[in-house]
Amino acid sequence: MTKLPNWADIVLVPLVSLLFAAIISALVLLAIGQDPVAAMNVMVTGALGSPYGWGYTLYYTTSFIFTGLAVTVSFNARLFNIGGEGQAQMGGLGVALVLLSLPVWPHWTVALVAAALGAAAFGAAWAAIPAYLQARRGSHIVITTIMFNYIAAAVIVYMLVDVLRPPRQMEPASARFPEGAALPTLHDIPGLSLIFTREVPANVTLFIALVAAFLVWVLLWRTRLGYQIRAFGQSEPAARYAGIDPFRTIMITMLISGGLAGLMAVNNVMGEAEKLVQNSSEGAGFIGIAVALMGRNHPFGVLVAAFLFGFLYQGGAELGLWTTIPIEMRIVVQGLVILFTGALDVMVRMLLARLFFRKPPPEVAVAARERA
Amino acid sequence: MGFYADLLQILDSTLRLSTPLLFACLAGLFSERAGIFDIGLEGKMLIAAMASGAVAALTGTVWMGLGAGILASLCLAAIHGVASITFRGNQLISGVALNFLASGITVLVAQRLFGQGGRTPALSGDARFGEIVLPLTETLRPVPVIGPFYADVVSGHALLVYVALLCVPLTWWVLFGTRFGLRLRAVGENPGAVDTAGVSVIRMRYTAVLITGILCGFAGAYMATALQAGFGKEMTAGRGYIALAALIFAKWRPWAALWACLLFGFFQALALRPDVVENVLTVKVPVPALDALPYVLTVLVLAGFVGKAIPPRAGGEAYVKER
Amino acid sequence: MTTNPAIELRGISKAFGPVQANSDINLRVERGTIHGIIGENGAGKSTLMSILYGFYKADAGEILIGGQPVAIPDSQAAIRAGIGMVFQHFKLVQNFTVLENVVLGAEDGALLRPSLAKARKLLADLARDYELEVDPDEVIEELSVGHQQRVEILKALYRQADILILDEPTGVLTPAEADHLFRILRGLKEQGKTVVLITHKLREIMEITDAVSVMRRGEMVATVTTAETSPEQLAELMVGRKVLLRVDKTPAAPGRTVLEVENLRVSDADGVERVKGISFSIRAGEILGIAGVAGNGQSQLLEVLGGISPATGTVRVNGDAIDLSGRHSNGQTRRARGIAHVPEDRQHLGLIMDFMAWENVIFGYHHDPAYQKNRLIMDNAGIVREAQAKMKRFDVRPPIPTLQAKSFSGGNQQKIVLARELERAPDLLLVGQPTRGVDIGAIEFIHQRLIELRDAGKAVLLVSVELDEILSLSDRIAVMFDGRIMGERDPAATNERELGLLMAGIAGEGAAA
Repeated sequence: MTKLPNWADIVLVPLVSLLFAAIISALVLLAIGQDPVAAMNVMVTGALGSPYGWGYTLYYTTSFIFTGLAVTVSFNARLFNIGGEGQAQMGGLGVALVLLSLPVWPHWTVALVAAALGAAAFGAAWAAIPAYLQARRGSHIVITTIMFNYIAAAVIVYMLVDVLRPPRQMEPASARFPEGAALPTLHDIPGLSLIFTREVPANVTLFIALVAAFLVWVLLWRTRLGYQIRAFGQSEPAARYAGIDPFRTIMITMLISGGLAGLMAVNNVMGEAEKLVQNSSEGAGFIGIAVALMGRNHPFGVLVAAFLFGFLYQGGAELGLWTTIPIEMRIVVQGLVILFTGALDVMVRMLLARLFFRKPPPEVAVAARERA
Repeated sequence: MGFYADLLQILDSTLRLSTPLLFACLAGLFSERAGIFDIGLEGKMLIAAMASGAVAALTGTVWMGLGAGILASLCLAAIHGVASITFRGNQLISGVALNFLASGITVLVAQRLFGQGGRTPALSGDARFGEIVLPLTETLRPVPVIGPFYADVVSGHALLVYVALLCVPLTWWVLFGTRFGLRLRAVGENPGAVDTAGVSVIRMRYTAVLITGILCGFAGAYMATALQAGFGKEMTAGRGYIALAALIFAKWRPWAALWACLLFGFFQALALRPDVVENVLTVKVPVPALDALPYVLTVLVLAGFVGKAIPPRAGGEAYVKER
Repeated sequence: MTTNPAIELRGISKAFGPVQANSDINLRVERGTIHGIIGENGAGKSTLMSILYGFYKADAGEILIGGQPVAIPDSQAAIRAGIGMVFQHFKLVQNFTVLENVVLGAEDGALLRPSLAKARKLLADLARDYELEVDPDEVIEELSVGHQQRVEILKALYRQADILILDEPTGVLTPAEADHLFRILRGLKEQGKTVVLITHKLREIMEITDAVSVMRRGEMVATVTTAETSPEQLAELMVGRKVLLRVDKTPAAPGRTVLEVENLRVSDADGVERVKGISFSIRAGEILGIAGVAGNGQSQLLEVLGGISPATGTVRVNGDAIDLSGRHSNGQTRRARGIAHVPEDRQHLGLIMDFMAWENVIFGYHHDPAYQKNRLIMDNAGIVREAQAKMKRFDVRPPIPTLQAKSFSGGNQQKIVLARELERAPDLLLVGQPTRGVDIGAIEFIHQRLIELRDAGKAVLLVSVELDEILSLSDRIAVMFDGRIMGERDPAATNERELGLLMAGIAGEGAAA
């Protein structure tokens, strides 16, 4: 296979893929009678043109970092965890159950730790069953996790309508979380309050997300466990040869992955909504897939990609407000990004190779001859 | 109403609800037997539903709608084909991506055309597939047990229901009685064998992918023009994935696929009559539980509680000539 | 008057980027002969045959079949030109019947039933004429490898091939099956067919071919009449210098027993017993060579000892039993007990091709606390340094630890694996097909290292399908057939004929239970 220089592989390929996605998105906009340039303008001003916009962009970015990391961890073990959406929703359930268990919380830091544990535990538990089925029975994790997304939605509906809904409330939602469980937003943080002069949804969870990204990097490339996960993801037979237990690896990977997806709920359920509602994750679990693919399954790439999608999300919301472009446009972009970065990356590579090397690309000589 | 009458109504719904599953399942059958893993049945169905709902509303003719639905599905199928076959990309990711694409584009186009919040207008008259009353329905109705069964369950369905049922023996014959079918099955098991025999692996796989597109087109069009009267956001609600589960359940065989789809359709029908379920089980079953039933069953199928399923050997892998 | 040659290649060249796989090849294969083509890995034999069969288009040159120039842009053209190819890895659909496989692509009409009926009759005729009896309704997975190969030949004959090309056909056959194949080939020759035999086995060339062409580094180096040459001369032509076909070694001085295997039984994933109760032992300072055709249980034996698969029976290492099927039956505990494993399949088991060389150097030993900087983090920098030192010691070229494993040649990949396993100074080294796909220079190096390990007082279990290698390296030889040990022999007191009989399941004196 062609070998682009390393920097091109890591930076240029996703960039070019993104360009393709952007071009096709623009074409779609034209096809439905909209102006792509004007749309871009609205998006940029709405998402990045003011601290208020940034407050929203960063808020979405936080969620996408978590779901992107979740998919990244699982992808490194060659497990396609498409269940981030369901795991995030169950994480929300965990947050709600934990926070509603006390009438009042002494301090938001205590509440944060407790809620985070609950979120991660519920998310991990929701990932555990598909993980077990894949590890023990070979059931394809893609389909089982997708099914569990639907089942999670049903469970949440049931919980909200029949269990968590306060009496005499019509809306299927939980009660508001008690005092002491409110997280400081970026507006509340001394120093940052000078920039974010109005209430914004972005909150301290952002910093937790950044730390999580660093920890995932350390895990995958600096620890034994990470080495085992990556080796297993490359080749299960080789992993068994090396004494790496497939069952354990699959379970641990998916528990971490589900836990990360669940943690997202701290951002939106605890940090913003302050109660549990239906469909709390609003598609963030799926965006995590696009983020991980664009970020080449590397935590640093995830940070960049999550920011990009945060911009897209907030920009898309602004489009919905100020133009007649439906909010579903951002799902189209999401699909295009996944398509180009995930499935058509060979096409992008081939094009770049043609640019880099005027004649057919060279291969490492002896290895190539041996295959001839 | 009587238990038998309730049963008939549920069976009638079963047939109605199984039809999109059956079309999608057979679609997936062709694709997977040729070695292309297609998780994008959902997206193809959805875009077909939107296209057929839109065109049927605009032209007033359901046949134009059907054609549009098939065309739309073929577009997505072609992209999946190019990504998977020509560019040897990851077939799972391609399918997932196209599902998202369909999710978004369907709403965008519907909104652009009709401005009804992402729906297409309600269809009626010639813009829908109406119920077909089979011959002898009324004469047979008085016959005990069989009469009402024939009248209410077998007869009175839209044309596409019967087409779907006919597709089962047709698929069986194509796969096992023709040269094309032999080659198709071979391509999914050992593409090298086909290639060295001088048959184009790429052409076979593209053909399979196109057949998938056509059948998904029928599935989506049926949903918008027969099962319901128009397209609505996310109306497929995971049926594409359920069809995949049915396919695995059926171990990639056409006749077994029919029974699998009927079973899943039955569960979907049950969810519409929680009262009957309660009467039979004498216990209150929360509605979300019934809604979740098809998905839970899918997981059980995949967990192998219904036997080991061995997929086509070369499934999901791009073919690279041995050098 | 001379008839036109069956195949004539003039000036065939083919390059892949900077690699010149075939360079100005000229070849004449006379009709009605068996013509051998030999060469090392990377010599260009496969490329040449791929061009003949239409997989590649030559950059330059002409192909003449029966004196007529032909263009072969795809397999169909090759088939039309009367060329049939039997690949090393069979191109058969496992769950189709023989009949369906033969007919695939050559069906007569769009409907299957009449095609199959017609084919059945033709197949019966062919089978009879060429001694290729096979049951047409048998499913391929149920057939033995030898019978599967017959199906491949039938496929070619069914398509009226005049020229049959066989690529490394005997690698998976017992000597008896190989003899039967040669009978078939001679029969084909008598019927006027032309056979091209691609192989690296010099003995086979000598035994069955009429002429042999030697390829080296993309060039056709020589074509000689078989009767006028010798294995030594051919080997020298293949490599370009005098080749040591035997390793120099001092006699063994074995010590205490390191490995004892008693009544080992292994069943595969389908429940079929592949190792049927074997017993043997190996002492320190000794190499036990397990000879046998691939597929007779040797792979399973290695997997069990390596901790990859479960088994029943008793295995003792240095006197202590090891767990064969429980929680402690895995690669990690095996290594902890002093067993190192150079697997048969280095590309899929022994190495992670996309990992860098330094990551592969710790593969299997990543639990070693020496590789940790502290409880949580690994000492990557230290590992890289050590990897480079190991690579230099084992002559891995280039000694760059940050290069991905897939960028190294087969021989260098194998050296990385060996560097990893040998430098652990294991009490017992398991090694399977150590020189498969490795060029001759590296083969000598690898053989030397194995002897060194044995001289250092370690025990080595060597599994190889190459009898030369077994005879050259082993201090004792055990032959496996159908999951059993047919007999043990002293290499100095046996020969290939005797071993071949054992490999084919024909028990001689001294057969082990």
